[in-house]
Amino acid sequence: MGVSSMSGWIKGLALLAMLLLSTSVAANPEPWQLNMTPGVTASSKEVYELHMIIFLICCAIGVIVFGAIFYSVFAFRKSKGAVAAKWSHNTVAEIIWTVVPIAILVGMAIPATGTLMRMADTGDAELTVKITGYQWKWRYEYVGTDVNFVSSLSRDADAARRVGSGIDVRTVPNYLLDVDKPLVLPVDTKIRFVITADDVIHSWWVPVLGWKQDAIPGFINEAWTSIEVPGTYRGQCAELCGKDHGFMPIVVEARPKAEFDAWLAAQRADRPDIEATVQATPAATVNKS
Amino acid sequence: MAEHATYGAHDDHAHDAHDDHGGHQQSFFQRWFCSTNHKDIGTLYLVFSLIMFFIGGAMALVIRAELFVPGLQLVHPEFFNQMTTMHALVMIFGAVMPAFVGLANWMIPMMVGAPDMALPRMNNWSFWILPFAFTLLLLPLALYTFFGIGGGGPAGGWTLYPPLSLQGGNNVAFTIFAIHMMGISSIMGAINVIATIINMRAPGMDLLKMPVFCWTWLITAFLLIAVMPVLAGAVTMLLTDKFFGTSFFNAAGGGDPVMFQHIFWFFGHPEVYIMILPAFGIISEIIPTFARKPLFGYQAMVYATASIAFLSFIVWAHHMFTVGMPLGAALFFMYATMLIAVPTGVKVFNWVSTMWKGSLTFETPMLFAIAFVILFTIGGFSGLMLAIVPADFQYHDTYFVVAHFHYVLVTGAIFAIMAGVYYWLPKWTGVMYNEMLGKWHFWLSTIFVNVLFFPQHFLGLAGMPRRIPDYNVAFADFNFISSVGAFGFGFAQLIFVWILIECCLLRKGAKATSGVWEGARGLEWTLPSPPPHHTFATPPVIDDRQLAHGDVTH
Amino acid sequence: MAHAQGAYYVPHASRWPIFGSVSLFLLMFGAANLVNGAAGGSVMLGLGSLLIIIMLFGWFGDVIREHLQGLYNEQVDISFRQGMAWFIFSEVMFFAAFFGALFYARAFSVPWLGGEGDGFSTNQFIWSEFTAAWPTNGPGEIGGRFSTIPAWGIPLLNTVILLISGLTITMAHWALKVGQRGALIAWMVATIVLGIIFLFFQVYEYVHAYSDLNLTLSSGIYGSTFFMLTGFHGMHVTLGAIMLTVILGRCIAGHFTKDNHFAFEAVAWYWHFVDVVWLGLFVFVYVV
Ligand code: HEA
Ligand code: HEA
Ligand code: CUA
Ligand SMILES: [Cu+2]
Repeated sequence: MGVSSMSGWIKGLALLAMLLLSTSVAANPEPWQLNMTPGVTASSKEVYELHMIIFLICCAIGVIVFGAIFYSVFAFRKSKGAVAAKWSHNTVAEIIWTVVPIAILVGMAIPATGTLMRMADTGDAELTVKITGYQWKWRYEYVGTDVNFVSSLSRDADAARRVGSGIDVRTVPNYLLDVDKPLVLPVDTKIRFVITADDVIHSWWVPVLGWKQDAIPGFINEAWTSIEVPGTYRGQCAELCGKDHGFMPIVVEARPKAEFDAWLAAQRADRPDIEATVQATPAATVNKS
Repeated sequence: MAEHATYGAHDDHAHDAHDDHGGHQQSFFQRWFCSTNHKDIGTLYLVFSLIMFFIGGAMALVIRAELFVPGLQLVHPEFFNQMTTMHALVMIFGAVMPAFVGLANWMIPMMVGAPDMALPRMNNWSFWILPFAFTLLLLPLALYTFFGIGGGGPAGGWTLYPPLSLQGGNNVAFTIFAIHMMGISSIMGAINVIATIINMRAPGMDLLKMPVFCWTWLITAFLLIAVMPVLAGAVTMLLTDKFFGTSFFNAAGGGDPVMFQHIFWFFGHPEVYIMILPAFGIISEIIPTFARKPLFGYQAMVYATASIAFLSFIVWAHHMFTVGMPLGAALFFMYATMLIAVPTGVKVFNWVSTMWKGSLTFETPMLFAIAFVILFTIGGFSGLMLAIVPADFQYHDTYFVVAHFHYVLVTGAIFAIMAGVYYWLPKWTGVMYNEMLGKWHFWLSTIFVNVLFFPQHFLGLAGMPRRIPDYNVAFADFNFISSVGAFGFGFAQLIFVWILIECCLLRKGAKATSGVWEGARGLEWTLPSPPPHHTFATPPVIDDRQLAHGDVTH
Repeated sequence: MAHAQGAYYVPHASRWPIFGSVSLFLLMFGAANLVNGAAGGSVMLGLGSLLIIIMLFGWFGDVIREHLQGLYNEQVDISFRQGMAWFIFSEVMFFAAFFGALFYARAFSVPWLGGEGDGFSTNQFIWSEFTAAWPTNGPGEIGGRFSTIPAWGIPLLNTVILLISGLTITMAHWALKVGQRGALIAWMVATIVLGIIFLFFQVYEYVHAYSDLNLTLSSGIYGSTFFMLTGFHGMHVTLGAIMLTVILGRCIAGHFTKDNHFAFEAVAWYWHFVDVVWLGLFVFVYVV
């Protein structure tokens, strides 16, 4: 393994250099990925830009501060005969490095506030999906239809992940990021999610959508998205929810509107699928813990 | 060493009447179990903290070993979660906090010219509760791991969020009562620090002449007394929800699981500053010494510390940006959190200005101090990024957060503790530590700790959630690197242990002068090394020229 | 401040702290086993508590003896005052946690469950039949229907009792300061009696709540906050009454002088603290 990782290193360093230059990062996690995905929605792109702005500001400040430190370390060594100055005060400097950071922070807060307000507005959505977290799977309900199913870790991954399974997880496609039944969504549609949980707290997170939202038993949290690019997008539960917290992935399949409508119609047609999935309402069960 | 040597000309044997606790005429039991001596109790705290650091570290190594490569090789998910939870609890309550209390015990009385802590017997109790508290905390895990008895330790994360934390078996009650004991211990410890600093200062040791370490601890102690009882309340509610049918955290009963998070973080955020303010104090002692230049902006440092402490009470919900807070609340907590960068920045800039135009030498304490300033600042930057709510929607509960808090905790709190130990060790033991090994310890730690935690930023940004025992192969490479760093850093700590053994037990090394460091200023440095078992029998006469901050016009 | 006197005072080594740690461990370990339904829990809990009481008597006994031997100086006295003051502050923060829970439930969780403000969808999707109100045991009606204790009956009476006890202990302090031992003892007795009457009414109220009103610890969030707040307060009153009794004993034994009676003042502070907490309870738990 050491050897293979060495060659991995070489590949890695190459990729590292490449990724540092190009900001475009693929929709799903990639080896040696260094940065956040810009995602596939307007909000996710805003979040990504916000992230880059703060990051770069911090880098700039870092360069100044660390620069000053390294300069002192080399320029003011006793071994080089540096003699210590006596001063321990400079009101002007102190005012500057109190006021300037405040200004910088205000500069950060303004765009952040705007983005946050846009992301908080779940109004006039065309489709509402109810998401319920269970230990350790997700239920998706297309509100207003009877389409409603459970989505859990794909079989092959579930077999491979067992201690001593003997299966090399590298051979399992999308290991731990694949499910038996993905959540199918239309693109270019404002979709509102109402998110809750049935047992403990979970958190629904698909990085390319730009947010995660906790699923709290007994309460509903809302979020929205409007996907711009069709594709298969992967995420995971992001709140510790017990032993299989690491094994309740999320897959969103974004399809063109027409395809989606056809799919939804088909789902309504085959009822057994719906029968098969037991309907559990949180109200009945939250108080069991 | 002279047990009854007292300070300077103020030798006063009157007090010997009731002084039957000088080391030599004491039995081992008397000295270490019944002690009323701040130095012995300080030593106990520090030894305890080191043991806990290794236990917590061993758990961390289990975590890193499992995360070495994708797939589950070593432990079952449930046990992995127990490791994560216990690692954090042991490190925070067992390693970092007791270490700072130990340093406070050793140094504060000598710094302010006191004979001992204000309430020496309570001081002893504060310490001796801890080993028992941790026995209680570790018992379920130990029974399970070594004897296969019971279901193991708590596995709901150190934040103990219900309903999950309530799903635990017998360990829930053990954890809760252990936390109660730790709370009692830290509250009494904090009361002692406040009483000592307010009431035991020698005449002429004005508050604004005190070493910064005393100031930061005074403020830390206040934070402790203010928030530890709140934690006790929070876990008590967990207890009654699980065992006595209350509905604090149950929506069906009109409660709310998120309410626990609010109460917990009202404790939790000040707690993280409890773990960094004393570190700020230590760094503010060390940098001027090795820059041979007075601390820049002493009073600004004090006020900055105070404002950080104040702000720490109104930022707690920045840990909860994804729980579905009202928009207004999210905005308020974002702004308040960002503000903390300002006073913290003042501190960083003051440290840099202290080094500027100084006459620097780079003994081990200084190396750790400089590394602290740089690496803590990096952790601070990631903290600031986390404060930006929309960005935190992505960062939250990923390894980006794990990277953030290990930079502020390991290269922050732990590095400061190590710096402090190297700085004061010659004073405590009268023997210089092995500078060569010290430098080795520093460089190995600094290199490996970055190998360990820096890649975790990438993992988090790429989308790896925290608290998972297994991951997609896309995360494999950086996890591999991180684990290598973990073992490197871990074993580097064995050097530290060896240095301590040489210095404290073998007494190998050059004799330390009372000043120890060329640039050291302050009352503690006027004492012989090692200082007499009882430092001041009578209030010493303070000579402002000996103090680091004697000149209040500065 | 230190300059007042010559030598510093450092107490000699003591066995009580380590003794106390072991007892505390037994107590907590027993409590854990008790709630877990494991064997021997209650025995260990009882033994631990007993040992703690022994420790308190032993420890404070030593302190009193040293005090009477005149070993303590003014600085030690100030340290004790600091200690007691900050201990009371920590107690205040402990209660703050539970008041916080009460306010959170009333201001946020219950209204949200009822669909107010941000809770619209919560109510619509999960608890559509629930409307916010206080008191409540939540949409799940946890613990079943219950009725509450009207503020203007016994609670009001208890408020008056505690307020008067606050006065009586102040009178006792005044009597101590002017050196009238008879009055001192009388006022102390009065204070203790009032405290006991208060506790009696609390117990009566609890019995009434459990047997007649079906108001229990598990009556949803109302029962939880009501009993946890009043319960912890009751425990503190009990503790205060015990401390007062000890102090009464010491008054009778003539331990205190006009200008040197910190123990008395410490307990008086504690009693006032218990008093103030009750006022908060009366207003926020019973009245509004
Ligand atoms: C010693 C402990 C410590 C310290 C000091 C800090 C310091 C800070 N922390 Fe950190 N934090 C933790 C320990 C700590 N944290 C822990 C343990 C967690 C995780 C808990 C858990 O979930 O398990 C956490 C999590 C955490 C979160 C939640 C993340 C999440 O779960 O989603 C946030 C969000 O705001 C945050 C923010 C901050 C900020 C803004 C600071 C600020 O204080 C930092 C200020 C410092 C600087 C900014 C650098 C120096 C300043 C300058 C050089 C001036 C100029 C700079 C600018 C103007 C940008 N922290
Ligand atoms: C002060 C606090 C502190 C300290 C010092 C550390 C130190 C370390 N931490 Fe920890 N950590 C936390 C506080 C701290 N951590 C917290 C609060 C969490 C969150 C928990 C949660 O999510 O609930 C966390 C979580 C956490 C995680 C995430 C776990 C998860 O999300 O599932 C990881 C993973 O890498 C980690 C690693 C490490 C490592 C490698 C160290 C290293 O620095 C440790 C180095 C020390 C040693 C290695 C011991 C000394 C050396 C030896 C023992 C010699 C070798 C001996 C043997 C091999 C037996 N920590
Ligand atoms: Cu579900 Cu984590
Ligand atoms: Cu915080």
